[in-house]
Amino acid sequence: MINLDSPLGIAVLVIVVALLIVAVSTFFLRRDRVKKVDDAASRALRPRVDEATGETAASAIDDDAVAIEIADESSPTAAAQPEVETPEPVLGRFTRLKARLARSGSPLGAKLLAVLSRDTLSDDDWDEIEELLLLADIGAGPALDLVEELRTEVRVKSISGAAEVRALLREKLVALVGPDMDRSLNLAPQILGDGTRKPAVLLVVGVNGAGKTTTVGKLTRVLVAEGKSVLLGAADTFRAAAADQLTTWGNRVGVETVRSDREGADPASVAFDAVKQGSAAGIDVVVVDTAGRLQNKTGLMDELGKVSRVIGKEAPLSEVLLVLDATTGQNGLNQARVFTEVAGVTGIVLTKLDGTAKGGIVVAVQKELGLPVKLVGLGEGPDDLAPFEPEQFVDGLLGE
Amino acid sequence: MFATLSDRLTSTFKNLRTKGRLSESDIDATVRQIRRALLDADVAVPVVREFTGNVRERALSAEVSAALNPAQQVVKIVNDELVGILGGQSRSLQFAKNPPTVIMLAGLQGAGKTTLAGKLARHLKESGHTPLLVAADLQRPNAVTQLSVVADRAGVPVYAPHPGVASEAEVPTGDPVAVARDGVEQARAKLHDVVIIDTAGRLGVDQELMRQAADIKAATNPDEVLFVIDAMVGQDAVTTAQAFLEGVDFTGVVLSKLDGDARGGAALSVASVTGRPIMFASTGEQLTDFEAFHPDRMASRILDMGDILSLIEQAEKAFDAEEAAKMASKITSGDGFTLEDFLGQMQQLRKLGSMKKMLGMLPGVGQMREAIDNFDEREIDRVEAIISSMTPHERRDPKILNGSRRARIARGSGVTTTDVNQLLTRFESARKMMKQMGKTGGLPGMGGVPGMGALPGSGKRAGARQASKGKKNKAAQRRASVQSMKAAKKAAQAQQQGAQPASGDGFGLGANASGPASVEDLNLPPDLEKYLRG
Repeated sequence: MINLDSPLGIAVLVIVVALLIVAVSTFFLRRDRVKKVDDAASRALRPRVDEATGETAASAIDDDAVAIEIADESSPTAAAQPEVETPEPVLGRFTRLKARLARSGSPLGAKLLAVLSRDTLSDDDWDEIEELLLLADIGAGPALDLVEELRTEVRVKSISGAAEVRALLREKLVALVGPDMDRSLNLAPQILGDGTRKPAVLLVVGVNGAGKTTTVGKLTRVLVAEGKSVLLGAADTFRAAAADQLTTWGNRVGVETVRSDREGADPASVAFDAVKQGSAAGIDVVVVDTAGRLQNKTGLMDELGKVSRVIGKEAPLSEVLLVLDATTGQNGLNQARVFTEVAGVTGIVLTKLDGTAKGGIVVAVQKELGLPVKLVGLGEGPDDLAPFEPEQFVDGLLGE
Repeated sequence: MFATLSDRLTSTFKNLRTKGRLSESDIDATVRQIRRALLDADVAVPVVREFTGNVRERALSAEVSAALNPAQQVVKIVNDELVGILGGQSRSLQFAKNPPTVIMLAGLQGAGKTTLAGKLARHLKESGHTPLLVAADLQRPNAVTQLSVVADRAGVPVYAPHPGVASEAEVPTGDPVAVARDGVEQARAKLHDVVIIDTAGRLGVDQELMRQAADIKAATNPDEVLFVIDAMVGQDAVTTAQAFLEGVDFTGVVLSKLDGDARGGAALSVASVTGRPIMFASTGEQLTDFEAFHPDRMASRILDMGDILSLIEQAEKAFDAEEAAKMASKITSGDGFTLEDFLGQMQQLRKLGSMKKMLGMLPGVGQMREAIDNFDEREIDRVEAIISSMTPHERRDPKILNGSRRARIARGSGVTTTDVNQLLTRFESARKMMKQMGKTGGLPGMGGVPGMGALPGSGKRAGARQASKGKKNKAAQRRASVQSMKAAKKAAQAQQQGAQPASGDGFGLGANASGPASVEDLNLPPDLEKYLRG
């Protein structure tokens, strides 16, 4: 029984009652608003497409829209200062990274082959195949669908050989990952309506510990290697020493960092200052790092919304990159959904892919939200950031 | 679409009501749903396989067929097994006989070790220890700086002889093993009784770093090695945990980022695969957001059932006891509760965080899930705006609100008069309802609350769902709310009886004894009953 003299009992009572009243009184007040929010979210996705098409029309700036994966400029136009080091050119990263991916390969592939090479595939065998997909964090729903589809097709086409089944599975996975998505970064300088030239603005968001700051650092090196002038904005004003970390990354390739002089400053104002300084100095790309936040913290997500709004007052955002840890499980989908609603994510950076985790969650994310994975982080080295290759990713999943 | 295990099982059991007995195929269907729920919660595949195997076996056994209500029994088995694995060997930190006690932290990059070091230090300091933090993460750029800042916030000294690296490409020069060893020496010399060693984050596959961690362990001979793992982690949890178990043979697990909305199946995976107890949970960005791990709550969370205990705890933190008492008496009388009080309550509730999340924590709200999902938090802003546009007199006595006053309020808060009217109607009916409950024993001391017994059956529940679509059928919706409230109260009462003794020692160094028991018989039944009626 609740003792009315006990603070606990009273607190319990009051909160439950209050919750109830709030629920009753607010629930269905103007439900149409909900729909509007949805619309806003889907609108947030659309402009990216419009920009992309608009970009091809404006051929004058087209050359500047350097997509990382086709960046074949042989060597970076080395940065000025002598003490500044030159990042490795993007081309040629692949072979090295491929080797690393193969090294971290799990016994998944071997298991899969073992299952597939049985004469007739029983229900248990199919279950086993499903479990193998689940092990890669693909998620229960997609894995089930995939196996069902595969099963039907194998029966219809009466495919029997292990190699063929495997090839079919691979084909289906590649289709799921969407090989035809636009994975280039939109780095073209923006010409506003009044003719002023603004830098391309990249906003990097994500949950705590996903590797945002490191990604910003690595991305900066890529951009410098491509001969772009870069300015960093340290809008992570919360985590101790985050701005220091970013500044160090920048200093090494001769890139300046705009930061607040005190901890806990308004991140939106730091981001705004960065973009403003960037456009005043005629910089090509401004990259803004934000503090990690869990997607269910309403207050922090509002703060992020403010950051993106305030940046928009100075120059429109070119890209909003969500950094997703490859070890993340099914929660990754929630993360992508909420961050897209709040900040209009345009692409995903999958980090820590060099461990044993396969990052299968991006399959679901791409499928459900249509967000392309644009970059992958493959290790601790400063130049271990590479463009995402669907086929290669699938091979990783299947443990080539 | 079934959002939760509760919803799924409800639908699975719907057909069972007439049978009264579970056939083998019924159990198979049930087990499939459980499997799916566990996979959605990121529990590792091998663990799921073993777990569902156990559940199936027990469900087929005499235990169930002899039970009065087999369906209920199955859910109880699931919960039992979960709590068993999660909290089977719950224990507190072990302190060394001869100080200093050495605690080493290990885990993947980005798991939250450095932050946790600060939290643990603060916690230990509050319980009368004199911890020393040792910065042995010489790998990550500025990790040492971060630890110093965190230590500063926690008011704990830090031993950081080496500045660490300032950038990713700089080759780490310091010897973390030496730093750790010296740190322990330092603590002995300066009479600190606990040493917390923050080590570099590493990937499970990184042999070199793992050896370094093993070396640190060998050099300092820690009393506790805590493995920090992110609650969001997916299937990789098992691989990682095994790698760390081999590498540093950790003695306990800390679950971090539990304040997110991940269901945290990783906890189950790690506990089940390694057999090491989960000792703490890290639940926020502030240094105070650190608590003992509650296996029972985690079980409900993995199964996505309500979590009334956490809700109550959060409420306790945010609510002023005296004010709450005043409010309670007002609610009891029913009449005294004004819009002004309502506004105050709402503002305090908001301090607790997302309204959506809190509503979700109430057990038995499954049938309203769709409505909750569609709930826009900004509705509350609107309600606040409407009330703020009233004069104090109007707030105290809404009866005086005539047409022109309503029009003024609507203008002032940027809504239509209809909205104002709606708010007033709802408020009035909510108030009446509370008064009613005060009379009929919906309040403390009520002996005969039927718990969830009076839950609307499936037909009515469908009605409640429709209500969420339109604005009609408010009654059904309200009924659903009443049910959740009653359930919550029942759980609260139980909490009062069961967990009150434990709530004092806060940090659960040993407080777990009462935990599982209380939820077992208290938190679960309301949910259970639902399956039967589904």
